[in-house]
Amino acid sequence: MKFNSIDPKNSFADNLSARTRSGKTWQLMFLLATIVAIITLTLLMINIINSVFGYAIIDSKVDPATLAVDGISIEEQSKEQLVELLRANLSKGAFNKMENEKSFTDRSWSEVLSVVEERLLKFDVLKTWNLWDSLFKRTDVTQEYTAILEENPNAQLKFISWLTWERVVRPQSSEPLTAGIRTAILGSLWTIVITIIFAFPIGVGAAVYLEEYAGKNWVNRVIQTNINNLAGVPSIIYGILGLAIFVRTLEPLTSGSLLGFVDPTTANGRTVLSAGLTLGLLVLPLIIINSQEAIRSVPQSLRHAGYGLGATKWQITWAHVLPNALPGILTGTILAISRAIGETAPLVVVGASTAISFDPTSPFSKFTTLPIQIYQWTARPQPEWQHLAGAAILVLLVLLLSLNAAAIIARNKLSRKF
Amino acid sequence: MFEQTVSTENNNGFPKKIDGLKKKRRWSEFIIQMSLFLAGFFSIFTTLGIVYTLGKEALLFFKRPEVDLIEFLTGTQWQPHIAEFGILPLASATLLTTAIAMLIAIPLGLTVAIFLSEYATLKMRNTLKPILELLAGIPTIVYGYFALTFVTPILRDIFGKDVVNIYNTSSAGLVMGILILPLIASVSEDALTAVPRSLREAAYGLGATKNEVVFKVVLPAALSGISAAVILGISRAIGETMIVAVAAGAGPNLTLNPFKGAETMTGHIVRISSGDLSYDSIDYDSIFAIGLVLFLSTLILNIISQWIVRRFREVYE
Amino acid sequence: MFENDTIIETRHLNIYYGDFKAVTDVELKIPAKRITAIIGPSGCGKSTLLRAFNRMNELIPGSHIDGEIIFEGKNLYDRDVDPVEVRYRIGMVFQRPNPFPKSIYENVAWAARIHGYKGSLDELVESTLKKAALWDEVKDILKQSALSLSGGQQQRLCVARALAIQPEVILMDEPASALDPIATLKIEELMQSLKENYTIVIVTHNMQQAARASDYTAMMMLTDGTRSGTVIEFDETNKIFTRPRDKRTEDYVTGRFG
Repeated sequence: MKFNSIDPKNSFADNLSARTRSGKTWQLMFLLATIVAIITLTLLMINIINSVFGYAIIDSKVDPATLAVDGISIEEQSKEQLVELLRANLSKGAFNKMENEKSFTDRSWSEVLSVVEERLLKFDVLKTWNLWDSLFKRTDVTQEYTAILEENPNAQLKFISWLTWERVVRPQSSEPLTAGIRTAILGSLWTIVITIIFAFPIGVGAAVYLEEYAGKNWVNRVIQTNINNLAGVPSIIYGILGLAIFVRTLEPLTSGSLLGFVDPTTANGRTVLSAGLTLGLLVLPLIIINSQEAIRSVPQSLRHAGYGLGATKWQITWAHVLPNALPGILTGTILAISRAIGETAPLVVVGASTAISFDPTSPFSKFTTLPIQIYQWTARPQPEWQHLAGAAILVLLVLLLSLNAAAIIARNKLSRKF
Repeated sequence: MFEQTVSTENNNGFPKKIDGLKKKRRWSEFIIQMSLFLAGFFSIFTTLGIVYTLGKEALLFFKRPEVDLIEFLTGTQWQPHIAEFGILPLASATLLTTAIAMLIAIPLGLTVAIFLSEYATLKMRNTLKPILELLAGIPTIVYGYFALTFVTPILRDIFGKDVVNIYNTSSAGLVMGILILPLIASVSEDALTAVPRSLREAAYGLGATKNEVVFKVVLPAALSGISAAVILGISRAIGETMIVAVAAGAGPNLTLNPFKGAETMTGHIVRISSGDLSYDSIDYDSIFAIGLVLFLSTLILNIISQWIVRRFREVYE
Repeated sequence: MFENDTIIETRHLNIYYGDFKAVTDVELKIPAKRITAIIGPSGCGKSTLLRAFNRMNELIPGSHIDGEIIFEGKNLYDRDVDPVEVRYRIGMVFQRPNPFPKSIYENVAWAARIHGYKGSLDELVESTLKKAALWDEVKDILKQSALSLSGGQQQRLCVARALAIQPEVILMDEPASALDPIATLKIEELMQSLKENYTIVIVTHNMQQAARASDYTAMMMLTDGTRSGTVIEFDETNKIFTRPRDKRTEDYVTGRFG
């Protein structure tokens, strides 16, 4: 554009419409970028759903009917009958090994059933498809099935859901068709309970100290800066810390031997307790920072009202500040806890067990958690395990979503206006 | 006469106030205050614990005859079984995944931040922010699964199966970018909204369009806050573990090819420690040495970022 | 003039916030069982002075005093004096009504409970609310949140809350400034009915209120050339308003000030 040849007024007008147009283009760009975030979230969910349902070709080396006793199928037999079945069909060494891991009298019926299915029926997954292929590439599926049938006459083509209620309540196992996530869910719950017991009182206490008691001196400044920095430390570092402190140094405590628990499998301190404490250290800064914010939002006038009545600092804190900060503290804690539930790396380092098929029963049990289970299944090369990992992810996400919903409800129900 | 003013009617039902002004020993108050202080001080122990354990075990590592600090920092091979401990392959994989992640997270995160703070209506904000929070709340292992089972197959379809390995740094990096996007978006948005209204109004008053205000006034003013967000994002990417552990591959590999697998520092720690780790082994010591490098680098980045944020705040307060 | 009835006496009182001297050299004798008003232009340290009487100023970091405040023969700022006890004896009502977000009952009962009240709380709540002229309005809704009351009722509840622990002195920091005229009138009536048993010190920027409601008035003003306030005149209220000795007081009460 030649400015000097056009009269100034017109040049301004032209310029303006161009400027406005470019504005509109940019606005569209911004909108698109934001949509990318939404699309990713959707793809992530679709990808998981896609892997949880689909066709599978399953072959069994042994016909289940041959294991029926007096015409009663194995699903209907009692625990004792199942144990007898195992004793009869397994080698003595294999049976004793399992008995040593955890005695059969201590195992639940479903735990024993999954052992039977795993060791005696020997199902085998030959091929799997995800939901998309199952729905839209049916011809591929049937073609492949007919090809497989020639070699494996027992093979069956089934549309299965990798996530069933059955799977949620079944223990861990090394067979993809029977492996459940109960062990992992219970492990997660045990760990989280310990995390809360450890981190909540210390976290809220620290927040109260920093907001209500701490004067402006260098000690308190150092504490505050330190907490802010701890919140940014990578979670795996906490795992290394947990390994060195809880697993190794405090082993007599975390293995339970100090309290008279003697369990050879957990004598190394890689227990639910160590895991819970490690996650506790990890979420402590988050709980402190969130609680501080909640405490700070309690109006100063309430504290003054209390002082004006000759109340002590703690009386005011306990009776007025904490109850009014509670919704915020709870919301913040729940968010911190959902972070802990999803953590994987620190627990791998602390020493989650790779394969345990029985429930944790005390803080001194060996542990695995839902994210650990997902990691181990995802890392296996066989595709059926990845379907399972998808199923476990779905459970984990449901768990986290309900926690977040609880946080929102807590905030709305308890929040007060001033 | 003063004794008279403390009349008996004032003590009705209340403990005597006669020598009331004297300091009382409030033991419970004191004990509570001490416990609260200890709770506050506890985090110091965590930091000391981290520094002490990392430092002590890393020292043991460097004292071993097969290890040498110079070689550790400059060696191009990490092969414990032939006593080669050069951190470069691990560090380069970390930097590569981080760079790819930032390639995604910086432009997208910034754009989202600008959109949210400058263009979006209140209603849009109220729908978008929870979505971002949701994105940030998804466990990283789920992102790892997403990278391996979704992004990697797509990359292999696009670029060819012989070009892209099953385990590769680009898939891990891309997904990590999505993970870090909400962090950069929210910290940058804080920086943008902190730019005073008066500054914008001054520009509008001169007849600037919205775009000109955003790009020539608001963005430059918020630049330091945005750089703090970027630094924080980098620090987060360096420490990110599960995505790379699942999708980037096992085995140290000094390569800048994003379609090849390479093990990052965090990925290595996870792989080594998921086996049965005996306390006296060099592997055990090595994770502390790598951990120390990881801790120091993220700490320095975090401190820089905080420092920038603080200075930025001072400008407008 | 009222030497024998003095309940609070300040001697060479200076109040600081950090390096800033907010109040300079105040000498004041607050008479017992009377209403004393502190008036003066805004920013002259009225509230600061009031808050020094029950050591509320200490809650602001960096604030400190020199000089003495004598209450019952004891300097309130002596080392062995417990500020918590001081505030137990010298109650306070704030500028904005600040009831606890709890029930009306609990607002009155809480302080009595923490101070170890032995009698019946129900009776205490009732008698206190009666003293505060609030009983008839709230007797059926004692369990309701105090925040459901109107602003004026909330402020009277705050007075009742202070009365419940039977202090000797009640400090009121512009108690009616956030209220409408009718609610203001009720607070003033309440003050009159309380002065039989309590000493009341009230800060107000409203000269009519001081003239109507107080027995004594302290006039505060910034000392010349500084941003520090001091009491320039203290006397019976009608003297302050009809024949002040200080020219500045006269200017202020007749509205010729700034």
